[in-house]
Amino acid sequence: MKNLITLLAVFMAMNLSAQDKNAKGSLEVDGVCGMCKARIEKAAIKLTGVKSVQWSVESHELKVIYDARKTNLDSIAKQVANAGHDTKKFTAPDAAYNAVNPCCKYRDEEVIKAHQ
Amino acid sequence: MDISFKKNIGFTGLMLALMVPALMNGQITLKGELFDSTAGQKQTLFGANVYHPQSQSGTITDENGVFSLEIPRLPARLVVSYVGYQSDTLDIKDVSFISYGLSPESDLEQVVVKTRRSSQFISSFSTEQVIRVSSDELLKAACCNLSESFETNPAIDVNFSDAVTGTKQIKMLGLTSPYILITAENIPVVRGAAQSLGLSYVPGTWVESMQITKGAGSVINGYESIAGQINVELQKPVSDQPFYFNAFLAGNGRQEFNAHLNTVVSDKWHTGIYLHGNQRQRSVDRNNDGYLDTPIAKQLNVLNRWQYIDGERGLVSFINARVLRDHKISGQSAFRADLAPQSQNAWGSTIETDRADLSAKLGYVNPDITWQTAGIQGAWSLHNQKSSFGLRPYDIDHQSAYLTLLYNSIISDTRHKIKFGLNGTYDRYEERLSLDALGVNETRFNRTERGIGVFTEYAYNDLDKLGVTLGLRLDQHNLLGLFFTPRLHLKYQILPETTLRGSIGRGKRIPNIFSEHLNVFTTGRNIIIETGSDRPENNAQESTGNFYGLHPEIAWNYGFSLQQKISVGTRKMTLGFDYYRTDFERQVVVDWEQVGSVRFYNNVGSSWAQSYQFDLSYRPWDLFDMQLAYKYYDLSTAFDSGDKRPILTPEHRVFANLAYELEGIRPNHPLKFDVTFNWLGNQRLPELPQVAALYGQSFTPTVMTLSGQITKQWGPHFDLYFGVENIGDFRQDQPIINGDQPFDSDFDSSMVYGPIFGRMWYTGMRYKFE
Repeated sequence: MKNLITLLAVFMAMNLSAQDKNAKGSLEVDGVCGMCKARIEKAAIKLTGVKSVQWSVESHELKVIYDARKTNLDSIAKQVANAGHDTKKFTAPDAAYNAVNPCCKYRDEEVIKAHQ
Repeated sequence: MDISFKKNIGFTGLMLALMVPALMNGQITLKGELFDSTAGQKQTLFGANVYHPQSQSGTITDENGVFSLEIPRLPARLVVSYVGYQSDTLDIKDVSFISYGLSPESDLEQVVVKTRRSSQFISSFSTEQVIRVSSDELLKAACCNLSESFETNPAIDVNFSDAVTGTKQIKMLGLTSPYILITAENIPVVRGAAQSLGLSYVPGTWVESMQITKGAGSVINGYESIAGQINVELQKPVSDQPFYFNAFLAGNGRQEFNAHLNTVVSDKWHTGIYLHGNQRQRSVDRNNDGYLDTPIAKQLNVLNRWQYIDGERGLVSFINARVLRDHKISGQSAFRADLAPQSQNAWGSTIETDRADLSAKLGYVNPDITWQTAGIQGAWSLHNQKSSFGLRPYDIDHQSAYLTLLYNSIISDTRHKIKFGLNGTYDRYEERLSLDALGVNETRFNRTERGIGVFTEYAYNDLDKLGVTLGLRLDQHNLLGLFFTPRLHLKYQILPETTLRGSIGRGKRIPNIFSEHLNVFTTGRNIIIETGSDRPENNAQESTGNFYGLHPEIAWNYGFSLQQKISVGTRKMTLGFDYYRTDFERQVVVDWEQVGSVRFYNNVGSSWAQSYQFDLSYRPWDLFDMQLAYKYYDLSTAFDSGDKRPILTPEHRVFANLAYELEGIRPNHPLKFDVTFNWLGNQRLPELPQVAALYGQSFTPTVMTLSGQITKQWGPHFDLYFGVENIGDFRQDQPIINGDQPFDSDFDSSMVYGPIFGRMWYTGMRYKFE
């Protein structure tokens, strides 16, 4: 019985670490177009621990799978913000926002309209 | 691809919305549910995205697939999306409960494609130079079978069918089809005994799409490919129409029918039956040379596919079974296939093929971690061909088995993908034939091949400019020994509109000298296989090889391509240039240069092939597409008599394809026009007295052909098409050398450099039922 519990504990630990290794998360990231998508995804995946990213132009949702032992959602959000894209928690620094291509200026109503 | 999908959700609520103006001012709450549109029982989608772009508000569905979203005003447009499903746009006019089914990504049936994409294109994302051909492309020409489906594609050269097999052979980079690895859903199909006729065993309507890779291909499908790879995706029970029927009739007497029947067996199992039959019963001899211009032929081909999809557990599977019977009779009009060849005075040929194929595939995608996939694929085939060419018999039995295990994953993140695999093959060949033209002595060649290989492929893509794919493969084969196959592909996007690609790779293969060159039998020549000690001293191989006494062919292929998009007017024109070189370390040469014989031998000199292609594709206005290509082939084969161009291979080729669509007054009623033009430069003929006597020179005249097709669609269900091949009625003069004396050693019906039949009309209909 004791063995069984130990075994169970080991399995649970393994399972937990497996979950940590491939944690799933989702962030809202502002952007307007395919170019934004490339920029957002490239920025996010370059962060150590991020394994897979997918940003949707329509829903603004950035889906990530990451190694929770190495990084977390806040770091990813920060990384994306530093690339010029606002997230709920972190706003992109002006320098980074200004650096994005003129057609990607998602804060501009005109640009948003142009993409609709 | 830009896909838009609009759906009106009821009108009843619109009235309600108008009567309650309060709703127009304050916040409106929309409620609804999302589910899988394909599942038999309603399967709701948990965690699907619902987004309102105007107000930038969004939500996700709960575990019952239900959502609730506040928006400022109506009407509104909602974007709904879910991983593995197509994102849709819903036009909401009222507050009634929204109930909407999303379609899985593979199910493209009802999608409206907003930006029309050419039916063939090179993806700028892929590292390899892969030309993707959709089924639309296959509808541009007669496309009775796979060999004809390349006629509108500049990457592949389709040769003219000879009078005996009636089958068109293909070439790529100036090399014949044995150097191209041709697979159906990644299982090699046109190989071994099926090398000459195999393309005609895949009916055009069975083809869903094709991917053509120029140059060294992937190591996953083996070590045999040298010039390139062609993979054909077949129609799938899940995505094909429930019922499809096609009938075809051509001026040379060819009749064809195709029927597809697809049904849902359960929520996870789908099945389809694909029937193909063709026949040509009329004897046609337009040029009055006493020989049939095209064979009398019959084929019955039946494929049954089972497809299993379990999205929750990430399992997909295919099980396929196919049986085929193909008969052909050709030769002199007086030839009677029911009598023994020895008992008659006429030259004729019969080819009777029976073939059975079984294959299965099981794939697993980890539903949580989509980059982790594993697959197992197995195939078995039995091929029996009994044939006679004049007095000469040729029978081949080929049994083949193939098994691949494949595992895909990533290294650190999805920019680094890695594949590992294991691959086993078994082939048993039994051939019976006569090397002499009079069928006096019978020779048998039997061999068994067993091979096992391990491979790995690493692909890096920086999501921006650079892509690298490196494949390595190690094989142990009972006749080829232990050997290594490396393949490397690079892509670099120099500028946003400029893409450079390069590739290098090694290929090794055992040539099936007879099944690859059935035309050696259609002559009065004796066949000579020169092995080790038979060879002249200065050209001698060290030893006698393991099959037919020959050694395997080994070649390196390397090349690059440059793709440039430029703006012309408001549209993009794509310009392409590519160069590939194939260097044979060792080759098996077919030497037609000696009177009275055709010789096979391993050369020691260096044979090489250089291919240059310039192409342009442009859409000057909506629904009009044009493609132009010029190809230059600089080829040299090391024959005993010196380095020469291989015979019947033009140096220059010009290709053009125009496609125009005239939209009907009603939607889905277009009229489509397609025109394909081909010009072939001079082709070398063997330097023989009888050739010189007949043609007066050692080069063929240039050949020009023009083909056109008109397709009329009546809605999504019914099409009619009418076309003319070879409108200019170009015909090769005297396709048969010494046809008066077919049992003489100078008789030769293999020197085909142009169309034999001339102008030919065809017509057909397609009926689809959903």
